[in-house]
Amino acid sequence: MIRIENLSKTFTMHNQGGAIIPVMAGGALQVAPGECVGLIGQSGAGKSTLMRMVYGNYLAASGRIMIGDLDVAQAAPRQIIRLRRETLGYVSQFLRVVPRVPTIEVVAEPLLQLGVEPAAARARAAALLAQLNIPERLWSLSPTTFSGGEQQRVNIARGFAHRYPALLLDEPTASLDAVNRAVVLDLILEAKARGAAILGIFHDEAARATVCDRLIDVTGFMPKAAA
Amino acid sequence: MTFHQPVQDTPLLRVTGLTKHYGARIGCADVSFDLYPGEVLGIVGESGSGKSTLLASLAGHLRPEFGRIAYDGRDVLAMSETERRRLSRTDWAYVHQNPRDGLRMGVSAGGNVGERLMAIGGRHYGDIRAKATDWLGRVEIAADRIDDRPSAFSGGMQQRLQIARNLVTAPRLVFMDEPTGGLDVSVQARLLDLLRGLVRDLGLSVIIVTHDLAVVRLLADRLMVMKSGHVVEQGLTDQVLDDPQHAYTQLLVSSVLQV
Repeated sequence: MIRIENLSKTFTMHNQGGAIIPVMAGGALQVAPGECVGLIGQSGAGKSTLMRMVYGNYLAASGRIMIGDLDVAQAAPRQIIRLRRETLGYVSQFLRVVPRVPTIEVVAEPLLQLGVEPAAARARAAALLAQLNIPERLWSLSPTTFSGGEQQRVNIARGFAHRYPALLLDEPTASLDAVNRAVVLDLILEAKARGAAILGIFHDEAARATVCDRLIDVTGFMPKAAA
Repeated sequence: MTFHQPVQDTPLLRVTGLTKHYGARIGCADVSFDLYPGEVLGIVGESGSGKSTLLASLAGHLRPEFGRIAYDGRDVLAMSETERRRLSRTDWAYVHQNPRDGLRMGVSAGGNVGERLMAIGGRHYGDIRAKATDWLGRVEIAADRIDDRPSAFSGGMQQRLQIARNLVTAPRLVFMDEPTGGLDVSVQARLLDLLRGLVRDLGLSVIIVTHDLAVVRLLADRLMVMKSGHVVEQGLTDQVLDDPQHAYTQLLVSSVLQV
């Protein structure tokens, strides 16, 4: 479902003397449907950079990023928008929403974008929020004022609202207590069971052991220093 | 296994090589892009970058010297003035930065909305008033303000009224020039939320000009960055903002104050 081949990335800092910083070379991995692959490697090794490239948020310098039959590295913006709406979900560490939109709407939005009936979308959103222990009295409020852990859970509910065939998870269990951590791990296992291909970053080793089938150390994708 | 169907629709607006000079000075030069149904295109750049010239040229307020604008397969620049005016009353809408430029200040709120319906042949007073009331509700203006003049409204309400006036005729393409420009931030957030909902529910195509990167991040699917009349970079909005390729875009993004 996710297949990366010979991926490389450089940043060119035009306003800092045109410095060219290579950050990845020869990146390659595959994630099959129903499989969860964890990215490991020290901080700065390029785990988040790789995830962002898969999501189309960072441009690839070269290589292929196949999600189903679309190459994200070559795709037009509107193909990526459609991919993100239908096929590829992303749970980031931070919630970015329009202020004042109620939590329930934030979670239901990916389904509304797909044309799901508003009542059905809200019912699914409510079920997820309840499962993630967000008290019902908060559902009509904007999540911008919530605590870090609550925002994280709203973000997870939003990311799991639509049953994406492929999912990117960036530290989904960070800043969660034991109970909610278990709920999130269940959601991940459930997604695997229905056939989702998952690529994730988990610093929590026990979580990694519970959900990941394989680990890939991205240190191997760091460009070799010129000799 | 095909999760991803090829996208097969055709562009609503196809712009090629659009160029407008002011005497010897470049307004905008060689601008080309496609806009698809339901898509929101943001145009950013500093003052004088040509973004407003481009918008005005697209909307028919300025006459470009070169280039082509095809709307739904029709050559806009070759149309007669009558045809073009009909288009801007029915299929197109234009939301001005200053609501005073888009509203008739001496006419009631209901009249402002109803007027556009009458311009396209609406005659039944009861229907027009009912539709105007419905639209005031959709932009969150209380029904009991229908007979008040916009001059009695706050800036945010005036802007919402301008949007109702524009959308009542169910346009397919909406031009917006700094629609949140003169509003304070809490009012901006409310307007952004409203616009997002309307774009999604009505399937509108939108071209929005702004200098506010936070606004385009929340509203626009795609982004075009302009400098000195030229498009220097375009792409998926979050990609252009998070991984800018052109020197000018990098400067623009890194110059935003963090809060």
